[in-house]
Amino acid sequence: MTDPVIELRGVAKSFGPVDVLKDVDFKAYGGRVTGLLGDNGAGKSTLIKGLAGVQPFDGGEIRFDGEIVQIHTPRQASNLGIEVVYQDLALCENLDIVQNMFLGREETSRGTLSEATMELQAAKALQSLSVRTVKSVRQKVSSLSGGQRQTVAIARSVLRKAKLVILDEPTAALGVAQTEQVLKLVRRLADSGVAVIIISHNLADVFSVCDDISVLYLGHMVADVATKDTTHTEVVEFITGARTAGAEA
Amino acid sequence: MEQTSLATGHEGTMRDQISSYFNRVRGGEMGALPAIAGLVTLSILFAFASPSFLTPLNFANLFVQAAELTILASALVFVLLLAEIDLSAGVTAGVAMAIFYVLSHGGMNWILALLIGFAFGAFTGFTLGFFVARIGVPSFVVTLGFYLGFQGLQVVILHAGGQLRVEIPAIQAIMNESLPAINGWIFLIVSVIFTTILGLWDRSRRARAGLTNRPIGLLILKIGSMIVIGSGVISVLNMNRSQSDIKIIAGVPIVIPITVVVLAIGTFFLDRTRFGRHLYAVGGNAEAARRAGIKVARVRITAFIITSTLACLSGLLHVSRLGGVEATAGRQIVLSGVAAAVVGGVSLFGGRGRLANAAIGALVIAIIENGLGLLEFPAGVNLLVTGAVLTLAATIDALSRKRSGAGTVRA
Ligand SMILES: Nc1ncnc2c1ncn2[C@@H]1O[C@H](COP(=O)(O)OP(=O)(O)OP(=O)(O)O)[C@@H](O)[C@H]1O
Ligand SMILES: [Mg+2]
Repeated sequence: MTDPVIELRGVAKSFGPVDVLKDVDFKAYGGRVTGLLGDNGAGKSTLIKGLAGVQPFDGGEIRFDGEIVQIHTPRQASNLGIEVVYQDLALCENLDIVQNMFLGREETSRGTLSEATMELQAAKALQSLSVRTVKSVRQKVSSLSGGQRQTVAIARSVLRKAKLVILDEPTAALGVAQTEQVLKLVRRLADSGVAVIIISHNLADVFSVCDDISVLYLGHMVADVATKDTTHTEVVEFITGARTAGAEA
Repeated sequence: MEQTSLATGHEGTMRDQISSYFNRVRGGEMGALPAIAGLVTLSILFAFASPSFLTPLNFANLFVQAAELTILASALVFVLLLAEIDLSAGVTAGVAMAIFYVLSHGGMNWILALLIGFAFGAFTGFTLGFFVARIGVPSFVVTLGFYLGFQGLQVVILHAGGQLRVEIPAIQAIMNESLPAINGWIFLIVSVIFTTILGLWDRSRRARAGLTNRPIGLLILKIGSMIVIGSGVISVLNMNRSQSDIKIIAGVPIVIPITVVVLAIGTFFLDRTRFGRHLYAVGGNAEAARRAGIKVARVRITAFIITSTLACLSGLLHVSRLGGVEATAGRQIVLSGVAAAVVGGVSLFGGRGRLANAAIGALVIAIIENGLGLLEFPAGVNLLVTGAVLTLAATIDALSRKRSGAGTVRA
């Protein structure tokens, strides 16, 4: 296998006396979808926030494309090419798709917005993900369905040429058809060479889209397996703590 | 150029464009439509009810009356877009003009004194923004505090009730003098040329990027209506509206081009610059804006600075119309300013509204005042009607927000 895009070694994070992440190792590869699983409070969101620079880790090593890097602010993360699609999506409903995709990074020439350039790039990004469900790229986000919004949020990371895209429960609020669409989108994103990390409580989704599965249990990384080498039952045991990595052998 | 198969809303014939416009309206994006309908209805009503309504004199008066309110309402749009409010905008302008009066009467060059007044306005805006954005005091409360405090400050600075004359011809001219007939036409021609160039430039940029353009007919329609309405207005304003035989009063009041230019610059700023985009984004979803790397507090503070500074311009128009300063300036008008913006279609929930909305709303409020005044209704009726219209507008705002789905919480 190729080298991982992101690699965490011995990462730790505590809030006061509470150790939320303990000596965590983690990898995600370009072109692959890695599922990050764990029960409520296992530390998934904390791990993601560390990678996003929102809540830096206390200790441990982060390697990005093999190089040791520091991620202390959201800027540093996004400069490296790490994009996070949060569960609440963080879109402005009063703005259209193009405006949302370029939010905070608007293209300008001579101080005025380059609408045509942005529109074209946004349309291309959506197309590269074979998105066909949106009627127009100038539709207001308020008029989009949950799945379409998720699509816009994901396409935004494509536009930013992300190398690592992290999705926090992207299908939690979606119906069957829209879940299907978003999972396909996630697959296409990975196929384009991006490393994708997806947090989900839905094992069916995880098994349908992920190449690798990592499981956190009370802040410990207890499993790091390829999807094809494991089963639903085994993963459930990891999540509930009934089985640990040591017991695997 | 590479073609994209995704639509951009610019495709289709005139008919498609028009029907998609009506679909958006039906979907809740009504914008200024209710206000325009109100404007037309009121004009027809008053035209039938009062013989003096449709006279060149009243027509000119109406625009002059509306100008002050238009500028103030436009100023308020900047904070309303953030779902904030500035109740002190009127009295801030009042204090700024009081400072201007005292300094210029003390012998200072009046232009310098005026600039210092405006600088005071900008600084006030900064202070308000600081309280709101950095400390987190609700804008309603901070600006209410300033509203009360600055009423006192006006009295302290001017030491007087009643009016203090400002005898500066250039300032008096703004609201009381008119352009020579020919200059009104030149102003229209320049505006039309400017709009045409901007429209064609946008089209050429889209074409160069390989994007479809809307049918050229839409641009022609826009410019055509601008010419028709503009010529109509200027023709009427160029008629003699003097009530005596000795003197001729005709021409476009100077304040009109000033107002139009302010609206145009402000609109350009809101629609075509990064700051404008960020203002809408923060008003729509501040958390999303923050995560996108927008410096939310800075955007908020800037908006308050613009509101206060632009409010000072409306204060200057007031001084011009009155021919002087007064210690009570700005108390009443700020509420009409908020009403004008909301009546015109600026959303109180933030993120939705344009300066044109404020202008149309201001015209509605001015027409109510003007028409009821001509019909010699008692003063109370005017407030009653304005209040009812405002309530109606706020209701439309809330309902259309519901309809467009922006108000619903999504998981
Ligand atoms: N800012 C904080 N201060 C104190 N404790 C925190 C903080 N953030 C998270 N924690 C604690 O860290 C633990 C892990 O939280 P985290 O949000 O990472 O879990 P999670 O795996 O994302 O859970 P879920 O599936 O419910 O989203 C929890 O016990 C939580 O209470
Ligand atoms: Mg979580």
